Amino acid sequence: MSLLVIHQYLTTYLVIGAMLFGFGIYGLLTRRTLIGMLIAAELMLAGVSVNFMAFNRFLAPDPTVGQIFTLFIMAIAAAEAAIGLSIVVAVYRYYKTVDTEDLVNLNG
Amino acid sequence: MNPAQPLVLTPSLLSPDGLVGLIFLIMIGVTLAGAFIAATAERLVRALAGLVVCFTGVAGIYYFLNSPFMAMMQILIYVGAVCVTISFAIMMAAPEHKRKVGPSGSLSGPIGFMVAALVFGGMSTLALRTEWQSFPKVNTGTVREIGIQLLTSYSMVFELISIVLLIAIIGAIVIARGGRSR
Repeated sequence: MSLLVIHQYLTTYLVIGAMLFGFGIYGLLTRRTLIGMLIAAELMLAGVSVNFMAFNRFLAPDPTVGQIFTLFIMAIAAAEAAIGLSIVVAVYRYYKTVDTEDLVNLNG
Repeated sequence: MNPAQPLVLTPSLLSPDGLVGLIFLIMIGVTLAGAFIAATAERLVRALAGLVVCFTGVAGIYYFLNSPFMAMMQILIYVGAVCVTISFAIMMAAPEHKRKVGPSGSLSGPIGFMVAALVFGGMSTLALRTEWQSFPKVNTGTVREIGIQLLTSYSMVFELISIVLLIAIIGAIVIARGGRSR
């Protein structure tokens, strides 16, 4: 199988989505600021969306369902980014930092 | 189309099919390089630039999945709105001179890498081993059909997501304004 025809296979897209999700998990675990963790969460959402779009293109009987679901994921991601970043700004105003190691007021 | 049977087996590089395949490989490279930068760059601004690159590549992948509409939405919403919002937050809340360096927490080293590698390996093994079954399409999935579905079958969800977005905007303003007297 040539590398030039891999865009006709479902598994290519699934592996790309899994890789984006893996990068997102790695970033979420290793980042030390809240904004970095939010960037990693956006990466994970992108991986999930690629998966939905791939199933929509290759397997689903109705190819509008996956696109509509991905559209809703985008809307939720936009709402999540707006709320998350406003919380980050509020946290920064109160603590003067967004480092996860310094935000330990709830640490038992 | 059956995913197990591709249309062309081995196109030459200069034929139209070969060029399409080459563009797809470039899109994969752009996506994964951007994701790598976004997950590992030391400075947040560089991670954000990697995220922009990654989202642009994902838009290209959507184009290959028969959906130029979603590719356009990806560029508009993610690159145009979400990344710009994150850049404003980096300017306001993450000053460069206060940045700490070095590893953080117990999960940041090999353990975090192993968890991510395990998730990736498990999911791709699952994708490669499963016998996927495709079904005949009932429509073609054009923008016109998406619009009809959005305003008939999914009209309730459509209204709800508008309310969610409205509440998110109001909540973001209220939370970010808190503590200011004027």
